[in-house]
Amino acid sequence: MLTIADHKFTSRLLVGTGKFSSSRIMKEAIEASGSEMVTVALRRVNLDDPGDDIMSVLDRKRYIFLPNTSGARDSAEAVRLARMARASGGSDWLKLEVTPDPRTLLPDPVETLKATEILAGEGFKVLPYMNADPILALKLQDAGAVAVMPLGAPIGTNRGLLTRFQVEIIIEQARVPVIVDAGLGAPSHAAEAMEIGADAVLVNTALAVAADPVRMAKAFAMAVEAGRFAFEAGLGRAQVHAEASSPEAGLDFLS
Amino acid sequence: MKIVCNGKEREVKEGLSIEALILELELNPDTVVVECNGAIVLREDYAEQSLSEGSVLELIRFVGGG
Repeated sequence: MLTIADHKFTSRLLVGTGKFSSSRIMKEAIEASGSEMVTVALRRVNLDDPGDDIMSVLDRKRYIFLPNTSGARDSAEAVRLARMARASGGSDWLKLEVTPDPRTLLPDPVETLKATEILAGEGFKVLPYMNADPILALKLQDAGAVAVMPLGAPIGTNRGLLTRFQVEIIIEQARVPVIVDAGLGAPSHAAEAMEIGADAVLVNTALAVAADPVRMAKAFAMAVEAGRFAFEAGLGRAQVHAEASSPEAGLDFLS
Repeated sequence: MKIVCNGKEREVKEGLSIEALILELELNPDTVVVECNGAIVLREDYAEQSLSEGSVLELIRFVGGG
């Protein structure tokens, strides 16, 4: 079972709530994913459409809301958003995102570490979105992060686990859960992350942009479970040369 | 009097409370976070805290995001 900050989760799939074509499809996709934790963002209320409220769509008792600080360009902005999230949700969970460059949306390691120190000190359960840097993962963990979220590929790119080599080292070293976040575009990508021992994965775009997001959510749930089972079962070692699966003995009659 | 609400100037009644403004805007006070002049206002203070001329207000809430 996955444990983050003393909270137990049955599902190892976290899902985002952005980019879905409708609230109804989002809600159904989240249900199909089996996820217990969903990310949300904080934005100005659109005063021309006051009824457009995600909180009226998703049941707070059923899901843990993980507010993100998306849009923050430095630690000060992230801290401001985090405090708003806490005021809004009344919980300490926080996905910390500091992305100064809108073109790459890559996380700023220095500002992310700084914000983690501040927010962990204020009692937040900080899950920082980070580049797949093993050294940084240890520093974030030491700064009080309750999990680390290395990227598989840049946000929304659907390119898969491009950072596999670094994520493997992060998993080997980390004492906190490792949640691969961003860039996972297919169930096979999620399965790969789970097979190498990631504790969980977070997906959003892959579900939201699928022709059938509800079915895709189910596919990801199955892949995450399959990948986890494979990790627990212990994968065989990869090798260069062939090794026969059928016995070598008992072929004498051919000669 | 004039206040600035979510980046736009708005004419409101003198001494209007934050709670009254939220209701006037047809928002759910339980799901809106309020920042007044850069400081977060706690939900239990919405009824008591009133706005003054030039108050800068941010009304924020959760939206879909990854």
